[in-house]
Amino acid sequence: MDSALLLEKSILVAILTLITLGIAMYSTYGERKVAAFMQDRIGPNRAGKFGLLQPLADGGKLFFKEEFIPVQAEKWLFILGPAVAMVTATITSAVIPWGTEIPMFGRNVQLQVADVNIGVLYIMGVVSVGVYGIMIGGWASNNKYSLFGAIRASAQMISYELSMGLALIAVIMMSGTLSLREIVAQQSGMNWNIFYQPIGFILFFVSALAECNRAPFDLPECETELIGGYHTEYSSMKLGFYLFSEYVNMFVSSALMVTLYFGGYNFPGMSYISDPTFLGIAQVAVMFAKVFFFIFVFIWIRWTLPRFRYDQLMHLGWKTMIPLALANMVVTGAVILLFGN
Amino acid sequence: MEPLTTRASRVVNKEMTFGEKIYLPAIFSGMWITLKHFFKKNNTVSYPEEKRPVAPIYRGQHVLKRDDEGRERCTACGLCAVACPAEAITMVAAEREKGEESLYREEKYASTYEINMLRCIFCGLCEEACPKEAIFLTDRLVDAEFGRNEFIYGKEKLVEKTDQRIDVSQRQIWDNH
Repeated sequence: MDSALLLEKSILVAILTLITLGIAMYSTYGERKVAAFMQDRIGPNRAGKFGLLQPLADGGKLFFKEEFIPVQAEKWLFILGPAVAMVTATITSAVIPWGTEIPMFGRNVQLQVADVNIGVLYIMGVVSVGVYGIMIGGWASNNKYSLFGAIRASAQMISYELSMGLALIAVIMMSGTLSLREIVAQQSGMNWNIFYQPIGFILFFVSALAECNRAPFDLPECETELIGGYHTEYSSMKLGFYLFSEYVNMFVSSALMVTLYFGGYNFPGMSYISDPTFLGIAQVAVMFAKVFFFIFVFIWIRWTLPRFRYDQLMHLGWKTMIPLALANMVVTGAVILLFGN
Repeated sequence: MEPLTTRASRVVNKEMTFGEKIYLPAIFSGMWITLKHFFKKNNTVSYPEEKRPVAPIYRGQHVLKRDDEGRERCTACGLCAVACPAEAITMVAAEREKGEESLYREEKYASTYEINMLRCIFCGLCEEACPKEAIFLTDRLVDAEFGRNEFIYGKEKLVEKTDQRIDVSQRQIWDNH
């Protein structure tokens, strides 16, 4: 590996991490603003113009809060929990292609951190590790509510990972590859997967909501029943990490949905743009516009729907979504077999 | 019994139809409602900058008036304290010395006059009881404080400043009705 490539990738990693964190930060602001608008309020508007400094104020507050570790808690696991949650949340975005490439300093810079040929598998793997952050934290707190939250989180994530994976398989069968870059490349123009896999998309979207522990599937941390669930005992920046990783996950799963179903960086009329630099920038802009739309949808759903009851959650996961995903997979396979591609 | 609202509906334990079972129609109609609210004008009044208009006879924080020459009107007769149902008013009377004629209107005045704003129920009976038109309630709000002791307002907070007179003419018109 030549050093220029190494430098290029390091810079890309740094930029992507910063962007991920920045977007997660401003998702909290967006969350509060959207919630306020939907409830006919104004929302945060005191810190800076339109309250734009609110996330900084919130973060600053978390840093200065008392760092509390319960006496009975398993100290190292207690610290490890939020760290795992945060790390897994941030490394997921590595395989997502943000654009094709931009010519820069005499090289063609690929707008993707790692073009691995098993990108989809990587994401599923990292997402599965993500539940350990919640489980470790919930168990190490030595608090029954935390443990409840952790158990709920793991049960929920295992149930919904299945339907998520099965919905994904239909896409993989269509594109015939596990590389996210190629999946996106096949959706050029308006040839998006959503038109071929509408049911698959709905299944994937619902599973993504459940995987992110977002309302209406926020059972692991429901305030009314579990007083915060797995992060009941957490305070200061450890709590901040948990909450933050949730927003990072929201961003990454939005990006993943755009990549898999909504054509990623593709937009109609892309082939008419000849200037490669402009094309690259336009692709990134289109990608982010789509991602922001999905983040908005996530927030929109949270402030519309009430939380599922636990038996309803399991019922939906096992008795509705998995059979539906299996049927979707079979139908996709049959169509591919009968009509070719 | 007649329903109390027009939106009441009877709860039935019937089997859900297929449309209800797949949740999606209900979810979309719910999301449509929240989206409509998203673009609706909000009714927020940003309080310290914007104030909601109050009635001319609004009963807020008290003021001890001075007369036209800037002399305190209160003579410490104690009628307000007697009238007060919450027993929020206490005062100590003192005699006016020579040379203080420009400060106090009559020979007797209140050397201390305290209202406990946590006890006060803002009923306005002190205002009605006052024979000297000295105490009035105004449209000002009592500020938030950090300690309970700070809510005991003394003369320095209650007596109006000579350069910042507080207009109570509106409520005097209403009182005479």
